[in-house]
Amino acid sequence: MDKIFAAIFTPAFLFSVIRVSTPLILGSMAALICNRGGMLHIAFEGIMLSAAFFGMLTSALTQNVFLGILGAIGGGLLISMLLGYFSLVLNSNRTLTGIALNTFSSAGTVFALYLLVQDKGTSSSLPSLTVSNLQLPVIKDIPVLGTILSGHNALTYLAFLVVFLTYIIIFRTALGLQIRTVGENPDAAASVGINVMRIRFITLGISAVVASLAGAYMSMGYLSWFSRDMMAGRGFMSIAAQNLGAALPLPSLLASLAFGAVTALANVLQTLNMPSEIIQAMPYVATLFGLGIFGFSGQRSQHRQARSILASAKQKGSEEE
Amino acid sequence: MELNILSMEHITKVYSNGFVANKDINFSVHEGEIHALVGENGAGKSTLMKMLFGTEKPDQGRILLHGQEIHIDNPTVAISHGIGMVHQHFMLVPSLSVADNLVVGMEPKKNGLYDIAKAKEIAKEAADKYNFHIDPNARIRDLSVGQKQKVEILKALVRGAKILILDEPTAVLTPQETKELFIELKQLKSLGYTVIFISHKLNEVKELCDRITILRGGRMISVEEIAGITELDISRKMVGRDVRLDIEKKPAVAKQTILKVSHVNKVNNLGKQVLNDVSFCIPGGVILGIAGVEGNGQSEISEIISGMERTFDGEVEVNGRNIRNMSVRQLRENGVAHISEDRMTYGIVGDGSISENIISDRYYKKEFQKGLLMNQKKIDDLVTDLIEKFGIKCDGKDQPARMLSGGNMQKVVAAREFTNNADLIIANQPTRGIDVGASMFLRNKLVELRDLGAAILLISADLSEVMEVSDRLIVMSGGMISAYFEDASQVTEEEMGLYMLGLKQMSPGEIKGVSN
Amino acid sequence: MNTKNIEKQFQILRTLLAIAIATAVAFIIIYFIDDNPTATIKEFVLGPLQSRRKIGNIITNMTPMLFVGTGVCLIFSANQTNMAVEGGFFVGAMLASVAATMIKLPTPLHIPLCLMAGGVAGAAATAIPTFLFVKYNAKPVVSSIMVNNMCLYVGLFVINHLIRDPGAGFLASYKFAETSRFPEMVKGTGVHYGILVGIVVLIVGYLYLNKSKAGYEIRTVGRNVDFARYSGIHVSRVITKAQLLGGFLAGMGGAVEVLGMYKRFQYQALTNHGFDGIMIGIMASYNPKMLPLAALFLAYIRVGADCMQRNSNVPVELANIMISVIVIMIVAESFLYKMKHRRIVAAAGKELAGKEAA
Repeated sequence: MDKIFAAIFTPAFLFSVIRVSTPLILGSMAALICNRGGMLHIAFEGIMLSAAFFGMLTSALTQNVFLGILGAIGGGLLISMLLGYFSLVLNSNRTLTGIALNTFSSAGTVFALYLLVQDKGTSSSLPSLTVSNLQLPVIKDIPVLGTILSGHNALTYLAFLVVFLTYIIIFRTALGLQIRTVGENPDAAASVGINVMRIRFITLGISAVVASLAGAYMSMGYLSWFSRDMMAGRGFMSIAAQNLGAALPLPSLLASLAFGAVTALANVLQTLNMPSEIIQAMPYVATLFGLGIFGFSGQRSQHRQARSILASAKQKGSEEE
Repeated sequence: MELNILSMEHITKVYSNGFVANKDINFSVHEGEIHALVGENGAGKSTLMKMLFGTEKPDQGRILLHGQEIHIDNPTVAISHGIGMVHQHFMLVPSLSVADNLVVGMEPKKNGLYDIAKAKEIAKEAADKYNFHIDPNARIRDLSVGQKQKVEILKALVRGAKILILDEPTAVLTPQETKELFIELKQLKSLGYTVIFISHKLNEVKELCDRITILRGGRMISVEEIAGITELDISRKMVGRDVRLDIEKKPAVAKQTILKVSHVNKVNNLGKQVLNDVSFCIPGGVILGIAGVEGNGQSEISEIISGMERTFDGEVEVNGRNIRNMSVRQLRENGVAHISEDRMTYGIVGDGSISENIISDRYYKKEFQKGLLMNQKKIDDLVTDLIEKFGIKCDGKDQPARMLSGGNMQKVVAAREFTNNADLIIANQPTRGIDVGASMFLRNKLVELRDLGAAILLISADLSEVMEVSDRLIVMSGGMISAYFEDASQVTEEEMGLYMLGLKQMSPGEIKGVSN
Repeated sequence: MNTKNIEKQFQILRTLLAIAIATAVAFIIIYFIDDNPTATIKEFVLGPLQSRRKIGNIITNMTPMLFVGTGVCLIFSANQTNMAVEGGFFVGAMLASVAATMIKLPTPLHIPLCLMAGGVAGAAATAIPTFLFVKYNAKPVVSSIMVNNMCLYVGLFVINHLIRDPGAGFLASYKFAETSRFPEMVKGTGVHYGILVGIVVLIVGYLYLNKSKAGYEIRTVGRNVDFARYSGIHVSRVITKAQLLGGFLAGMGGAVEVLGMYKRFQYQALTNHGFDGIMIGIMASYNPKMLPLAALFLAYIRVGADCMQRNSNVPVELANIMISVIVIMIVAESFLYKMKHRRIVAAAGKELAGKEAA
């Protein structure tokens, strides 16, 4: 037990928490954006996987990291726009289409991988690039904080920036207001002349860009190659993190860090001879707890709304007496 | 002030199922007046206003604004002409603030970002200008119904509406909120705005409005100055049977009490008292009709008796047993059948076959099982027989129910609800939206069942139906029973109108008879 | 005009159309990436028929699909998107392996015991999202995926710590007792008696879902939950039952697969059988009657893709690409068609009603 505590309360551990949480932070923001727009779906896994693949491929072909990121975004948008077309234009079931797109992305990326490198496992033979780690100038020299905060991958810092940007876009721009209106009451949006379909596609698009960054991080930062099904459920965990965070940026960030912490903890425990399988299951079990006990249904809490209506009604009633 | 600022000429609208909603209606309003548009449910008020707001288009006729013909293709066009609609179901976003809801779609911006401060300013200015007491920062979900309505009105005003259409605005308000609304509307009038006030509450119309247009059965009956007409006159013009149904029935033979409703009260989750000390009984062999304009408690009492709603005060007994804690299945097994007013949601399962729809209340019974599986032959025989007996026009018992016409769908519902030996049948708007043939069939079936000893509760906004099919009649208004007639055939339309529109209320002594 | 027949015809037509388009897409892909497309396509399409073993592979591929597919039909007919059949299959295989290695019984008892064990494990997997839904209103979509991942590790944990065979050259369990394995049914093909159990399960599943009162409840709840409640059906009980049974069948499928195809438990990762079942369930419109066709199709293209991969540069994942494209189109087409059709018929019905009203 002591060994565990000794391992956790170190700057190195906290560093690894941040590192491991990065894809979840980005993913939860992507899910948040969709949820606010009334478009929450389960194709994030497929979007991220596609982004991871195309990011790796583009960086290998162009030998340019930035173009690689753009390639990742393109890969993610591909899946996302397919989802948009089929579910919004052809009016099909978003969940079932999402399931099929995840399968499509998984099979498609392995297919393409094999064609490229004759290997279905990883792409490590390709000269793909990674996004570099950054040493933050002043901060790196601060005693404890420096170890925790400096030296992360640039995409990790970008992830935190994205949290802030998500807040700005969704809660501080006119577009965000329209997204939220379409998400909560599309009739209200239509009644003031908003093009509901257009806003929905924009929502999917922005969300896909953010999710793509998570995919890019996996193959161009966390690791330096693409391997089959490398997202390992992170797309779904992101949805759960955003549930836990009630579709708000800061709480969702904290939820992502919490899930990341469990994963980091699992890595620590592995060195301490605990059965590896149980450890690897921990993040998923933690997510289940999160979904059940703290998360309400996938959409935003309706209990709170109902309760407050009742409360104000009771208040009114007693006033009139 | 401009006379006839807005005119609708020779408007006719026929829905795709053949129903004539508006027939050659002329309707116009003067600038700066509050104009009442009254009529019973189904008279055509909503349809007419939908055409003003662009959610429907007239089949014939034209609309003139300031003397020029305009074509209102959608709500955005209506708004651009200065016509604003305040819907019954608010078009608001609960988690956003008042200010947000007001400016969405025309958001003020600063440095590329949404200028929340400016939005609040706009909201405050608008609220002050029209003397609405609204906090721009409040979240919609925290507001009362009355306040939400004010936001809806402000929304229209802020977008430049000069003509406001309010669709039954007081239906959801408490008396206090209604008073406030009237003050605000009169204020708007003094500022030169025009208001079209759709309602069936004649006392309110009399208090608030300048002129009144009365619709009945899709036609315009008359346009009058409020000052020169009494509520009685309005009621007479509004309420009337257009069709004699000539239902043949023998006198009712009352048996023992089957349904007993005692002192039922209900406050809905918005704080409004929707049922107020409602008590009545129905003996077997009698059809008790509940007449009244929709929204006066009929739906609520129907939901309570059928077990779909559990939150209420008071007691309901069927065959002497208190139904409060019974499950729906137990209720059905205790002899309660129910034709719901929402056919598509509760009445049928659209993707299921006609057969699957008919057996939904009895599929589990022993007589329909054969070993471990259901006795398909027995079910098929039953369904085939019922399809014939009820004259359901279909392509066989396996056809999905959603493909049937409205009338045939309702016949499927009836084939189920009328054939399970129910002691109490609740028929809530049983013939709404269905063809004449099916309607006649269903009404005759109800009389037939009554003759076999069932107690029937018939709730209907169709005056002819409820007056001629019922043996006994109560009228509900404002959540209370306003009248009881032991012999429905002796009641005049005029009297019905008075009680339905809340102009007259019987004393408890007069109503007592229905509780025995 | 028999509308029911027309609907059915349309359904088949649209599925065939989706298959045709996906096949065309596959052929185009092959054409562009392979040096000898005609030969490769021939291998893909005709390969499975070339030998008895290959035809046997089609059957053995189909076998687990029948179990999982039927389970999916039950679950999705209740309108629950519980995908824990994937994890359920895995833990079903695991628990059956435990029963196969740790217990000694004569064959007529041993096999049923192992199948039961598999079923129970599978039901436990799908029970978790069900519980979270009924108690906490957490939709099963995300929780079931988490359960899948959890099942993988729980399954591996049990195998590695309980019945791992240190003598085997790789990560695997002890050999299954001979009494627990399905013997080969047709010599030289690999086809084992599990297919017979699968057919029985399919038939029972069909009868249950379409001809029993429990199945009636499941389908009615799935189509219109308000109507079901109004008719007196106990909705949460029905939903729970459907998901537990579905999981049970998926777990049983896992048991049959390991006991019929292998001598030891040697899975290292989730096997995708759950998602295969979901894909064919969607293709079959959740009707067990249509399931064998869908399973046959998927099994055929899997074997065909395998043949193709051995003889060319085209990876076997092409089969999954095809199936996902087909499902996307089926799901889209069904709604598009339904809408169109509803409009057409509603218009006809209203026309009729209009005539009656006038």
